[in-house]
Amino acid sequence: MNEPFDFIEMKVPAKSDYVGVARLTASGLANRMGFSYEEIEDLKVAISEAITNTVKHAYTEEGAGEVTVGFGLYEDRMEVMIADYGDSFNLKSIKENIGPYNEDIPISNMKEGGFGLFLIDALMDKVEITNNNGVIVLMTKYLFENEVGRSDDQVSTTQ
Amino acid sequence: MNLHIDDHKNGDSSILKLSGEIDAYTAPRLKEHLLNLIEENKEVQVDMQQVNYMDSTGLGVFISALKTSKEVDKTFKLINLQDNVYRLFNITGLNEVIDIENTVRGGM
Repeated sequence: MNEPFDFIEMKVPAKSDYVGVARLTASGLANRMGFSYEEIEDLKVAISEAITNTVKHAYTEEGAGEVTVGFGLYEDRMEVMIADYGDSFNLKSIKENIGPYNEDIPISNMKEGGFGLFLIDALMDKVEITNNNGVIVLMTKYLFENEVGRSDDQVSTTQ
Repeated sequence: MNLHIDDHKNGDSSILKLSGEIDAYTAPRLKEHLLNLIEENKEVQVDMQQVNYMDSTGLGVFISALKTSKEVDKTFKLINLQDNVYRLFNITGLNEVIDIENTVRGGM
């Protein structure tokens, strides 16, 4: 496939300090592409969630690594790739924690984390996660949502 | 990309006015402030009118606040959420457990 696209890549230290910077970049690019206000808000949250996951799970030592954020700007969609090359991202435990609040769970057992990946899945049109030699989250948001079936809204995992 | 935290005491209740963004960077400071406030007051209202961005780290802070408020038998509620912020409580189902009072909720 020889689809034309622009690619923007940024590398930030895996620290929470820089999540906002990546979010602002995403917002600028999405605005440039013509996404609506609401869609831009969705993208900001999804991208922040993915980077926050990396910052929290992949690196245990302070300042131990970097997160690479790549934006692919296509005519009909934005693809965002978030990659870390740390070695301790526990995909299994993260996936077990995914889901909306379940009313059967008493408040005292509610987890304070775990909504991140659930939100990414809810706010983006397509999400793929690969976990070999570091974790890569690839997520897509389409510009013209009405022309694209929403049935492919899913998280797929290859390990 | 910062969060301003401002509290106003009114008898044994307190209003916490937030302004800015709640994310992984600002959430730890908010959590500490909010949990202390809940311990010290009978009722805490968090005014979110000036919060224009929040992600799941913010949800985490408010779940934590809810737990603490139940443990110490205090009241904790969120007021004046912007639509895009309220939406996250709605998607996750947390609007069912956290006391949220919205004057302008919008059609979500």
